Formats: sequence, structure tokens, C-alpha cells
Amino acid sequence: MKEFLSMGGYALYVWGAYGVTFALIALEVALLVKRTRRARKS
Amino acid sequence: MTAQSIKWFWYASPQTFYPVAGVIARWCGTAAAVLCAVGLYMGFFVAPTDAQQGEAYRIIFIHVPAAWMSMFLYVVMAFWAAVGLAFNTRLSHMMASALAPTGALFTFVALWTGSFWGRPTWGTWWAWDARLTSELILLFLYFGFMALQAAIDDRRRAERAGALLAIVGVVNVPIIYYSVQWWNTLHQGASVSLARAPSMAAMMLTGMLIMALAFWMYSIAVTLVRVRCLIMDNE
Repeated sequence: MKEFLSMGGYALYVWGAYGVTFALIALEVALLVKRTRRARKS
Repeated sequence: MTAQSIKWFWYASPQTFYPVAGVIARWCGTAAAVLCAVGLYMGFFVAPTDAQQGEAYRIIFIHVPAAWMSMFLYVVMAFWAAVGLAFNTRLSHMMASALAPTGALFTFVALWTGSFWGRPTWGTWWAWDARLTSELILLFLYFGFMALQAAIDDRRRAERAGALLAIVGVVNVPIIYYSVQWWNTLHQGASVSLARAPSMAAMMLTGMLIMALAFWMYSIAVTLVRVRCLIMDNE
């Protein structure tokens, strides 16, 4: 597990890339859910 | 006029498209989640370590699909903008508006992951090379499209102005695509093209294509959900 997380010494680069990508995708989905709720209400 | 073409016009009405979009979005969203799980599993556990780049190359599984989507979504956006201009269809303009944020997201992801890949392999986060610069311009085109539409109060005028910008900006897409051939760039050439066999291991390629499919499904799902919001807001 530790070996997997260290990514052969490239942990910062690999997880930095993946982390931001999926954080942004999660943010877009969350904003859309919120927007859908608001649109339904009005 | 054939029965088929009548059906297409039938779905061009926002009211009839609304429930259809909901069903498609649900299926595509589910498919995106499943494909993403499979693609990440392939990318991290099945695909071998790269002989030259070690584990750093694993960024490819999001970088290349995101870069493809950033260009493809722009072309689709410009297409709908052009249809909207030509036929004055409300739904076409809504499609263009709904595509822009997701296109911008993938453009940013392509730049960001490229930067995190460039640092360990090229030794720099950023270079003003033709590929990187033209992709940055694509991000600004998405932002410009959204800002322009948001800045004009009259909806029809906002749609038409945005559409014009989207159509003019489409020249940038072939520039991005061919930049690695036209100029001497730090960025490598295409690893995957229709003209020849891909220059990468089969498992790497499979994982990357599955991730690309996942991003496709994701883009369809979020775009259609956003179109539904726009229909609710405007109709």
C-alpha cells in the first residue's frame, strides 16, 4: 500500500494531477445538483 | 419530409427534449462512473510501469482523455452555436451554453495534469511552446464565451454574440492538434493516431481509451443536466 502511494517517487505529481482533476469533477457535479434543486423550486 | 426528420424536429423543442435529456443523462452518468472505475483500475493496477518514465507516466490516463475532450467539446459547442445562428433554435444555443463550463473544466485539467507531468519529465511546470500556448488560448476562448454571454442582458443578443465568438474560435482547434507537427515543440507528438499503430503498450492504450470513454459519458451527462437547468430557467 505504502509502495503504491509513493508512486515510485512521483507521488506529488501523480496524486497532484489526479487529486485536482477529481476534485474539480466533484465540484462540477455538486454545483449542478445545487443548481437543479434551485431551478426546480422556482 | 420523412417520418425520421419530423422526429428530429420534434426533439428540437425544449419541452419535449427535457424528459429525454433526463433519461440519457442518468444512463450516461452511470456509465461514466463504471467506466471510470474500470479505467482507473486498468491504469493503476494492470498497465505496466513505463520503462523510461517510471510511475509518472500514469498521468496519461487523465491527461490525454481530458485534452481530447477539451478540443472535441469546443467543436461540438461551435457546431451547436452555428446551428443556433442558422436556424434560430433555442435549444441549440442552450446546448452551446451548457457545453462551455465542462469544456473549460477539461481544458484546465489538460493543462494542470500536463504541468504535473512536465515537471518530472521535462524539468519545468510550463513552457511557452506551441501546444501548451494554443491549449491555454482554448481555455481563454471558453472563458470568453461564458463571460460574453453573462455580460449581455438581452438573452437573444447574448446567444448570438457568444455563438459568433465560438465559431471564430474554432480555428484554434486544428492549431492545437497540429501544433506538434507544425512547430518544434517540447510537447511530444501524438501517441495515438488513425494513420498508424499506436506507440504504446496495449494495456496502457486500453486503460487510456476506457478513461476517454468515461470522460465522454461524463460530458454528455453533465451537459444534459445543465441543459435541463437552462430549460427550467428560461421556458
